[in-house]
Amino acid sequence: MILDDKLGSHADAFYNALMDCHAGLTEAQSHALNARLVLILANEIGDLAQLEKLLATARKTGSPEFSGS
Amino acid sequence: MAYDYAPFPYTRPPGLTQQEQRHPVVIVGAGPIGLAMAIDLAQQGIASVVLDDNNVVSVGSRAICWAKRTLEIFDRLGVGERMLAKGVTWKVGRNFHGDNQVYAFDLLPEPGHKYPAFINLQQYYVEQYLAERAQDFPDLIDIRFLNKVTYHTDHGDHVALDISTPDGTYTLEADYYLACDGAGSATRARMALPFEGQTFEEHFLIVDVEMETSPFGNHDTPERWFWFNPPFHNGQSALLHKQPDNIYRIDLQLGPDTDPKEEATEAKVTPRIKAIVGDTPFRLDWMSVYKFRCAKLDRFVHNRVIFVGDSAHVVSPFGARGGNGGIQDVDNLGWKLAAVLKGDASAPLIESYNTERVHGSAENILNSARATNFMTPKSPIEALFRDAVLSLAADHPFARKLINSGRLSQPCDLAGSSLQTPGDAPLRPGFPMIDAPLTGPDGPTWLLSQAQGAFTLMTAGTTPLPEIDKINRIGINQTADYPCFASVDGHAETRYGKDKIYLLRPDGHVCAVFDTPDTAPIIAAHDRALGAST
Repeated sequence: MILDDKLGSHADAFYNALMDCHAGLTEAQSHALNARLVLILANEIGDLAQLEKLLATARKTGSPEFSGS
Repeated sequence: MAYDYAPFPYTRPPGLTQQEQRHPVVIVGAGPIGLAMAIDLAQQGIASVVLDDNNVVSVGSRAICWAKRTLEIFDRLGVGERMLAKGVTWKVGRNFHGDNQVYAFDLLPEPGHKYPAFINLQQYYVEQYLAERAQDFPDLIDIRFLNKVTYHTDHGDHVALDISTPDGTYTLEADYYLACDGAGSATRARMALPFEGQTFEEHFLIVDVEMETSPFGNHDTPERWFWFNPPFHNGQSALLHKQPDNIYRIDLQLGPDTDPKEEATEAKVTPRIKAIVGDTPFRLDWMSVYKFRCAKLDRFVHNRVIFVGDSAHVVSPFGARGGNGGIQDVDNLGWKLAAVLKGDASAPLIESYNTERVHGSAENILNSARATNFMTPKSPIEALFRDAVLSLAADHPFARKLINSGRLSQPCDLAGSSLQTPGDAPLRPGFPMIDAPLTGPDGPTWLLSQAQGAFTLMTAGTTPLPEIDKINRIGINQTADYPCFASVDGHAETRYGKDKIYLLRPDGHVCAVFDTPDTAPIIAAHDRALGAST
């Protein structure tokens, strides 16, 4: 599936806020934050069918060439 | 071919012999900002003395990306067409991740504008053209090279300056002192004004390379190419631009732990360029290693001392918001200072320069800081997110918009400023004018060329415009006893609507809109735009 742009003109502001949210954390703390964030956002979406599609999309995009450089 | 840095002549200033009469304006710094300021004031009949401690144009290309809005301002100052003719026009940017293109953007997809989204033109040409244009005003612009300001004092109603020259020292007085003395402003240092913000730890190598063969490969049209994790450079990012004279600008991110002196040497730079262009012959024209800051003064107006351009605010270069932001400062201050000096407005109008340009520079700093943060991840997690964005971008439009290699300079929206009368129209008060092609008695022309430089009432409908003292009029698709033009291809009606009357500031920003030609509200909006209390 191709995801629509829903952030619109707020894309940069959101990304900046996300980086600020991680500021000062150790890597382990950041991973824990990310896990909490995924669960929180999943709850906000609520729709299981939609969530399953999003999980598949995220899994499909991940490829070795893009992992941590 | 390398640029010929011919020195400007020094002439012995009259103040060495006897005290000069107080000048209305002294401009400190003859870079693009100071020169543009002097021309803007001269076009409104205001004389200035421009002082510079140097006597050559910018050494190295430095600011090269000039945005559409800047070109429109330069058009009003009489150098826009010359810059466009010499400059390299571009509007498409491409972002790559490794070898793969992940996102391309077109900054000006629609026709009907005199100027393109961007041109690239070396700062030394811009300064040369401005210095030559200044010579058109021999009675109003007095440029003094090798005149270094060593001290200044604000006496409340004027500023006194101490100046040193090759022939000795003298003093000068001026009603207003415009500090256009750049990022390292000596004026700012003398006044001990805090200049705070974010410093980025990364070093960037900036190189100008002259070569016959385009490094853009099969792409004939010059573009802005930006790489994350470039295949030819072991670093986070690279940026490529074309300049006139077959000179290419290459920016390479070097990381935080490099020796800038060692990196800015031919021995270190040549292999880095060969990694990009291969065996193609090239000549290194200029190189420099930088760290960037985003910082600004809290206030740009300090009674009779006014900061303009980099002396007031600096940004990282990603987004081309430094020089372009400074030219918008000039555009904003010029008509206000001229109105105050001519007695058409009172001194508080100058405070609106402070309000409007502090707002504009904050926007520029926000955008350039975000871009620099995106391309210089400070932690493994920031790098992880950046790479996640890049990997999602191939398939998903939302992720493409998160890729930030610089949000390129846009004109500032001044909707919140007290000079504007709130209103609703296709182009709302606060926005800068949008150009449109016209034809008139003298043939083809452009709306911006006709409207900028004075308060102007404009409509693209049939309503006759009322005659009001000190306000010009332009009718589009109508006949009247004031200048009228025909719209070409319907652009003016589309951009402005047919049923609105616009009141435009001399800097081309909409300051009020009206449905009817009643004079009272137009006069009230004009008074308000000149700083009358509301």
